[in-house]
Amino acid sequence: MTASAVWDRAVQALQLFAADPIGLGGVCVRAGAGPVRDAWLRLLLAALPPDMPVRRVPLNTGDDRLLGGVDLAATLHAGRMIEQKGLLAEADGGIAILPMAERIEPGTAARLRMAMDQGTIMLQRDGLSRSLPARFGTVLLDEGADDERVPVSLLDRIAFLIDLTDVTLRDAGVSVPGAEPAWPDPDPRSTPWPGSARPPATAAPAIDSAGPETPQKPAPITDAAEALTAAALALGVDSLRIPLFALRAARTAARLDGRDDIAPDDLALAAGLVLAPRATRLPAPEQQDSPPEERPPDRPEPPPDADDNPESLPDQPLEDLVLEAALATLPPDLLAQLAQSDPARGAVRTPGRAGAAQMSVKRGRPVGTRQGEPRNGARLHLLETLKAAAPWQAIRRQPGSDRFQVRREDFRIVRYRQRIGTTTIFAVDASGSAAMQRLGEAKGAVELLLADCYVRRDQVALIGFRGQGAQVLLPPTGSLLRAKRSLAGLPGGGPTPLAAGIDAAVAMADVVKRSGRTPVITILTDARANIGRDGTGGRPKAEAEALASAECLRATGVSALLVDTSPRPNPFAKRLAEAMRARYVPLPYADAGALSRAVRAESAA
Amino acid sequence: MARPVFPFAAIVGQEDMKRAIMIAAIDQGIGGVLVFGDRGTGKSTTIRALAALLPPMKAVQGCRYACDPAAPDLWCADCRALTAKPKSVPAAVPVVDLPLGATEDRVVGALDLERALTGSKVFEPGLLARANRGFLYIDEVNLLEDHLVDLLLDVAQSGENVVEREGLSIRHPARFVLIGSGNPEEGELRPQLLDRFGLSVEVRTPQDLPTRIDVIKRRDSFERDPAAFTETWKKAQDKTRRRIVDARARLGKVSTPDSALESAARLCMRLGTDGLRGELTLIRAGRAIAALEGAEEITTAHLCQIAPMVLGHRLRRNPLDEAVASTRVNRAIEELFGA
Repeated sequence: MTASAVWDRAVQALQLFAADPIGLGGVCVRAGAGPVRDAWLRLLLAALPPDMPVRRVPLNTGDDRLLGGVDLAATLHAGRMIEQKGLLAEADGGIAILPMAERIEPGTAARLRMAMDQGTIMLQRDGLSRSLPARFGTVLLDEGADDERVPVSLLDRIAFLIDLTDVTLRDAGVSVPGAEPAWPDPDPRSTPWPGSARPPATAAPAIDSAGPETPQKPAPITDAAEALTAAALALGVDSLRIPLFALRAARTAARLDGRDDIAPDDLALAAGLVLAPRATRLPAPEQQDSPPEERPPDRPEPPPDADDNPESLPDQPLEDLVLEAALATLPPDLLAQLAQSDPARGAVRTPGRAGAAQMSVKRGRPVGTRQGEPRNGARLHLLETLKAAAPWQAIRRQPGSDRFQVRREDFRIVRYRQRIGTTTIFAVDASGSAAMQRLGEAKGAVELLLADCYVRRDQVALIGFRGQGAQVLLPPTGSLLRAKRSLAGLPGGGPTPLAAGIDAAVAMADVVKRSGRTPVITILTDARANIGRDGTGGRPKAEAEALASAECLRATGVSALLVDTSPRPNPFAKRLAEAMRARYVPLPYADAGALSRAVRAESAA
Repeated sequence: MARPVFPFAAIVGQEDMKRAIMIAAIDQGIGGVLVFGDRGTGKSTTIRALAALLPPMKAVQGCRYACDPAAPDLWCADCRALTAKPKSVPAAVPVVDLPLGATEDRVVGALDLERALTGSKVFEPGLLARANRGFLYIDEVNLLEDHLVDLLLDVAQSGENVVEREGLSIRHPARFVLIGSGNPEEGELRPQLLDRFGLSVEVRTPQDLPTRIDVIKRRDSFERDPAAFTETWKKAQDKTRRRIVDARARLGKVSTPDSALESAARLCMRLGTDGLRGELTLIRAGRAIAALEGAEEITTAHLCQIAPMVLGHRLRRNPLDEAVASTRVNRAIEELFGA
């Protein structure tokens, strides 16, 4: 697909979404902040009815603003409870926009999910017990770099994923000129929603390729559900929410066209917009091997009772049509990728944990009180607050009122001491030399260490380095299952970019530290560095760079462990360990127990 | 306002999950249900459908904790202080949501802030009080904040909520069935909390096309016209409710032969589960299933049916063994009973 075709798709998604923001759940827009994304957002806002609420939900919104709570200052002033509505409840009936959604905290994502699932905010905070309607469509703005992704659990609850990364303003301008009838007004908010705004031309290619065999009569609704469900399964889209979204999108498309029945066009459009971006595999070969022209032209339409024998589905043309439409929208490189890769290896990422350091007002053991505002989960210590206010009453008392006067400066909140957790960062050498020798063993060793981390309830992160550089395979997570899966999927081969591996570990350690946890780095390598940071070969240079990186690691003060995976202990590995002041463990001599003891010793340090 | 509830009887497949929920509805002493698994498998739909299945219970009129008029041992302080015989009124069995982001004061109850401002010290009961004699549901239980988990652990164990805060000193009954759901990919559940659940089921997305189509079609027609859909399923729903009511009535009459006790003990020994809790829960859940199926005594077949959900999460766990725990239980069953 060309960039302008991608833009057309994005506009189609926008139009469907604008017509049913709540039913279709939302849109995830992957693009850098810039004019293209702005143009898309402008179109979206213009397509929404003018009185529809639109709320931006900043990344760091605390529970008091996200869900709602008591407006304490106003409450104390008034002497009775004054509520404050949260952003999600304010977005009811409209849309919520989340900038930088790839950095959303797991807790915030979970709260958002519950609102999306229930259409309600169950507010149980600050002495308030309310159930507030919160039905909204969600726009997730994803500015993530390669390894950053919006949590899958959120993507599972929205219909559309669009990627405008490679779309330029020119691509966008070409297909949405000001003269196009759908947007005739510079301020299109004033124009009512056009009855058939779906640009039919852009949906056409997929349909055309299906040829004249395509049933022209609108398909009965049951077949639409079956076709989309079958296509989703064939494309490896596991979650059952997705075909449901596709069905709803198809229905919305039909409605926008002023029809009651879903036509094949609508199905093709829905498949391209909803199913295709989530494909994790190509359909089974026998379906690919039957291009439309081989089908008999006089093939009868599916009988109305087709749903009595769903086994016969894969042969139905409607499903093929849907599949083809979906495949037509996939970029060729993705197809190639899907063809050879294992579907389960999709990039998963635990979102950033910025702000975790302030959690000490929320959990841990209470250790007294301090002055401060009871927001973002901090708990007001009522008695201390009243005590703080008491001495001032004589001065504050207003004539004619004997109300107890509490002011902002009297607020006392409870302080907690929190036990800080450890995050173990594994940097695993998967280069050819290591793979030849003992990548398998190294993986086994890491698995043992992971089991240990589980017992200690540590978080773990996984970095692999091979070929040209290092790659974060798994950002810090508490899910050992994911750690194990990423590890199993780690391919081997290529030169050893040791310096890059150490750098990546140091960078991650820094992030971990900033989130309030203690990082521990474990590097598994045979230390046969032979490629520099710039991608050029040469052992001496690569080794010098690795040593420099090791010095950097030492300067950060992060405790480290270097496991030498060479068949015989490698002197350079030992030197490297010294440079980073890491404990040095040659794997040949380390049985599982010794290794796990070594890591434990480092974590305790 | 809140979305209409999908009828329990209309949920496609996921037999284990439905069975576990029904067992908890039949015998509330079973110790809670944990549902862990894939996205979009209807975990929370199924659990939320539970409320509609439960027949009403009797409660002391005006009691904030819905004390049972027939069980004076478990009464709250207010009911004990009554001089006259308490009046009994029908009440819906509570199914209370504990949402993420709930603050501690709303969970355990706290000083009523509004009245505190006017100078009086009144206890405002929290979610634990509301869930007394019913169900407490925590969606995404693995993401629940640690300080709330600590509170729950204690209360779930003792059946009593003790509030010592803000100058209050209050205790009230809080016996509830803990129901949790979540996706393991979002994070692990704390082992101590895992331990509190009597039953644990793993749910997977169905992979066969006809089932998937069924799910989509039912969900779609529900969303398009909830009222009509609910009406269509009313009969099936009533039937399910009757099965639960009947099973409850029969529960006390199901006998526990020595052979069942022996089977349970052998199975637990083979699997090396710690403590007696597994065995006791196995027998209890077996009795509920026997009652549900109208049997007069617990048989080994009943035990085998529910053993995976009772014992799966009690196995000493290898955190990296992806082999589903229920597979291990089933293997042991096969070895022991040749099922």
